[in-house]
Amino acid sequence: MSKIEMTVNGRKITGECEDRTLLVNFIRENLGLTGTHVGCDTSQCGACVIHVDGRAVKSCTMLAAQANGSVITTIEGLADGSTLHVVQQAFHENHGLQCGFCTPGMIMASVDIINRHPDGLDEATVRAELEGNICRCTGYHNIVKAVLDASKKVNKSKGKKAA
Amino acid sequence: MGMEGIGARVLRKEDKRFITGKGRYTDDMVVPGMKHAHFVRSPHAHAEIKKIDTKKALAMPGVIGVLTGKELKADGIGNIICGWMIHSKDGSPMKMGAWSPLATDTVRYVGDAVVIVVADTKGQARDAAEAVEITYKVKKAVISAVESLKPGAPQIHPEAAGNLIFDWEIGDAKATEAAFKGAAHVTKMDIVNNRLVPNPMEPRATLGVYDGAEDHYTCWTTSQNPHVARLVMSAFYNVAPENKLRVIAPDVGGGFGSKIYIYPEEIVCLWASKKTGVPVKWVSDRTEAFLTDAHGRDHVTHVELAFDKDHKMLGLKVDTIANLGAYMSLFSSSVPTYLYATLLSGQYDLKAIHANVRTVYTNTAPVDAYRGAGRPEATYLLERIVETAARELGIGADELRSKNFIRSFPHQTPVIMCYDAGDYDASLNNAKKAADWDGFAKRKAKAAKEGKLRGIGMSCYIEACGIAPSAAVGSLGAGVGLWESAEVRVNAVGTVEILTGSHSHGQGHETTFAQLVSERFGLPGANVSVIHGDTDKVQMGMGTYGSRSGAVGMSAIVKALDKVEAKAKKIAAHLMEADEGDIVIENGELKVAGTDKKVPWFQMALAAYTAHNLPSGMEPGLKEGAFYDPSNFTFPAGCYICEVEVDPDTGTTKIVQFVAADDFGNIINPMIVEGQVHGGIAQGIGQALLEGAHYDETGQLQTASYMDYTMPRADDLPSYKVSNTVTPCPGNPLGIKGCGEAGAIGSPPAVINAITDAIGNNNLTMPATPLAVWNAIQATK
Amino acid sequence: MYETNYHRASSVADAVKLLKKAEDPKILAGGMTLIPTMKQRLASPSDLVDITKISDLSGIKVSGKSVTIGAATTHYDVATNEKLAKVCPALCSLASHIGDPHVRYRGTIGGSISNNDPAADYPSAMLALNANIITDKRTIPADKFFKGLFETSLKDGEIVTAIEFTAPAKAAYSKFPNPASRYAMAGVFVAKDKEGVRVAVTGAGDGGVFRHKGLEAALDKKFDASSVDAVKVDAKGLMSDMHATAVYRAALIKVMAKRAVTAAG
Repeated sequence: MSKIEMTVNGRKITGECEDRTLLVNFIRENLGLTGTHVGCDTSQCGACVIHVDGRAVKSCTMLAAQANGSVITTIEGLADGSTLHVVQQAFHENHGLQCGFCTPGMIMASVDIINRHPDGLDEATVRAELEGNICRCTGYHNIVKAVLDASKKVNKSKGKKAA
Repeated sequence: MGMEGIGARVLRKEDKRFITGKGRYTDDMVVPGMKHAHFVRSPHAHAEIKKIDTKKALAMPGVIGVLTGKELKADGIGNIICGWMIHSKDGSPMKMGAWSPLATDTVRYVGDAVVIVVADTKGQARDAAEAVEITYKVKKAVISAVESLKPGAPQIHPEAAGNLIFDWEIGDAKATEAAFKGAAHVTKMDIVNNRLVPNPMEPRATLGVYDGAEDHYTCWTTSQNPHVARLVMSAFYNVAPENKLRVIAPDVGGGFGSKIYIYPEEIVCLWASKKTGVPVKWVSDRTEAFLTDAHGRDHVTHVELAFDKDHKMLGLKVDTIANLGAYMSLFSSSVPTYLYATLLSGQYDLKAIHANVRTVYTNTAPVDAYRGAGRPEATYLLERIVETAARELGIGADELRSKNFIRSFPHQTPVIMCYDAGDYDASLNNAKKAADWDGFAKRKAKAAKEGKLRGIGMSCYIEACGIAPSAAVGSLGAGVGLWESAEVRVNAVGTVEILTGSHSHGQGHETTFAQLVSERFGLPGANVSVIHGDTDKVQMGMGTYGSRSGAVGMSAIVKALDKVEAKAKKIAAHLMEADEGDIVIENGELKVAGTDKKVPWFQMALAAYTAHNLPSGMEPGLKEGAFYDPSNFTFPAGCYICEVEVDPDTGTTKIVQFVAADDFGNIINPMIVEGQVHGGIAQGIGQALLEGAHYDETGQLQTASYMDYTMPRADDLPSYKVSNTVTPCPGNPLGIKGCGEAGAIGSPPAVINAITDAIGNNNLTMPATPLAVWNAIQATK
Repeated sequence: MYETNYHRASSVADAVKLLKKAEDPKILAGGMTLIPTMKQRLASPSDLVDITKISDLSGIKVSGKSVTIGAATTHYDVATNEKLAKVCPALCSLASHIGDPHVRYRGTIGGSISNNDPAADYPSAMLALNANIITDKRTIPADKFFKGLFETSLKDGEIVTAIEFTAPAKAAYSKFPNPASRYAMAGVFVAKDKEGVRVAVTGAGDGGVFRHKGLEAALDKKFDASSVDAVKVDAKGLMSDMHATAVYRAALIKVMAKRAVTAAG
């Protein structure tokens, strides 16, 4: 058994689980944060993407024990109270989701993409960067629009020229 | 149209919970004492079960129960059935083999469920599942539908000799033969429609809870139609009578057809919950999903199309073999028959059609409806052969189509369907303009300079949606009626709840259905809630598939709103001492036309419930229900154009533009309709370029994960140019046709027509992977 | 996944000790291959020794043309390292196309080469760059390190700690990905230096990554894409599966080789 201590969405938590427990299962079952999903077994669909120590990773391909001591943000911790994160807002405004199952991972990945591209994004880059997130509903059209929209808004608020 | 009424691009009400991680899917459900199931599945495609030994597994840590099909049968649980009777052309009924939710004597595909293990944790259930010892006698398997019909092929079900389920026909064989005799040109093709795995991102899951005190069952499940699930599990599978079975389909992460059916797992988990005394949850992993979700398509067809000397179509002959897999799934028989062959006239004025369809068993996963269901197969066939004919005849693909369009409505086709409205020239012209069809030659020349092969392809599809008129489908073999029900509850404070038998798993019903209320009463969308997915809350329903939630589901709501409006006007007229014929409802107020007299909506609603001052004899309250049974199918149609660039060195296809010009009739929310089209196109492009389920000859599924089954990803796809023209549907009160499947129906032939145009080889089978395209290019050298 | 015991090593010595103590241990680095394999129950190590928190195993040192990369350095860190980009941009570019962004944050260079997946990208770079693989015990030239499908010359309990190479004058990697998995279906790494041209191919060989002597000889004569035309790439010895036949892979190797040479400039 592993003793786990981590900071999740700003809150220090402790817990215990089998060593084989995946981080995604720890988050969903031990912490009850069910916004993070599991959509495949081969680390490809990205429904489980969360931020561990500031980086977007697949929580289905990490043991909870590996994340011991880490700072974690899940989809539930992205908004600032009742104010949606700019990426969440952009997904809403651009109809970037349908069934909603891939959406938490898609949004967490998109936040990371935007963070890594402070000079802005173009469509081809967004499509390439979404390689690790599969959506079956939207055909990606509006997801790409949402990420571009959010990227522009983030850059605008930073006073940067939107690409 | 108001800000939130019909035709407005209202942002989705349901989004907030999904973008904040508050969606609630079946796997998110936890009930006290809940335990976890793992299914032991057949590793063989075809084998006799000689012995099942559960002793070791039962002794494993955390194990609560290890249950077999024999026990299931002993408890009277019934076999899984196909609910649509098809008769062969000799009059004999289809040959349905027995499908026990847990196999007892024979396993017939890799993934066939044999034993359920219930344990404290998922890990323990899986550990114990590995300790279940099953002795199999492996038999020869058959995978391909064509091989399955050959003499000497392994016999899969004793009920279906030679693996033939039915040999069915539609149309007039004699008239078609006669048409071909007089033909100036006949185009012939052999066409394969590749097997697909639906892959909604949420894998299937179920939680069965038995309450011994009430002898009552609750089934949480990933279903597109909880009421149908309840009906079938009660009436046919003997799980529990309807009043003792509640089915809840909470948020469902996509369906695309694959979540219509009742699978073994729902039945077995409910039964196992009673048997073990604990709530039992099962969640499919992706590999299980690949193995056991109903697959789609898988047709092999010979088709011939006859023309006269003026390039007018004379007749169409079709001979199809459809693979239904190891068992007949719930709607499997209807897909390659009434959802397929009835659309073979396409948008064309064809005088004679004959189609023969044989369906067969193979040792593969069951095949049933997947987005489009039969209509993509029909469209692919027709639009590939029309394009091929145009090339053979040396006439423009657009011109040949246009020359043969149906232009007067209603139009009775030779294959049952009677098209009610459409304007195919409008879609064609709209698409050509959007794609700059006439400028293609220039673009092709430019691409050639860069060493790329550029091609353009077109597809003019028609589909039948709004499934379906109950009496009509009943006469064709359906075991159920396909009406829809709705209830509109106006609360005492004036807020409105819509209860619908449709189910939303991505389609945005909570938004679009509320728009009907905003349009009618001028109430803000925030005051309207849509309730669905729970048989305890919504009385009846037939669910969501076949693009029916708009044309059928919303029509039921409209009927209920008519009743609410009539009663509301009576109340308002009474309150204002006016004639009810003079009452108009605008912006949340009931007014006496031509005066300044008015009653706010909430005040009228309150009056309905206080009942202090109602017209004499009127019942208190304001709640109305309605059932709507359509009088005809609806016929969305459109024209899709795909333009590709092929890299001749690697065979890679890049879609450089994709144009969709649809006619869905009237549109409630253009934003949501466009989203449906985008998603459908992606699945259609997926079928054309990327996706194909592939079994090896022993029946092992080679494409059982995303490592080998190519899911369309963002960088595989372009942005789409989507537009629409409108011919309102005359058959329903809203004039809408349905939009959920069009994208997946119209796009595959457009893509393949474009690639074959680019590479100059028409011999190309889906999926047109880089390997397939490279091989086709080599064949031209 | 079967039950296992997780250990976090504080140093290489600690990792060695932990590995020795355990019955059937495996080293856990990024886990991008190992964890999915364990999830599918295709691997069942009794113990996992996590080496990613050993601080001196991560990082990139560039001194002149000499490059050292710690084994636990992630693909992301290789892809975005500015110093490395100055001397060997080809390796940054290769790393930036492994898996997807999330995988690149976790996956490590040491893990990739130790696993030696026949479709992994890094092994081709190691071979073409004539890199040395440094372990806790010795230094192994890449030519001697990769032994076949998922096989290396590593002994039980031996830990890769770093790789080192001298940046070549010119290099590039060109990959044709499997449409589903996005692993290399034919990936060609070309490196040119005073000593000559080295060409390594991944994703295609029956026996895993290999050097193609024919391509090397032709490019040695003239480092130009056109030199590839006359080279015979034999389909014999190449993998054949539903995504690509051996003949197709042979053709792809030539196309990727040309593109790599062009990109190398």
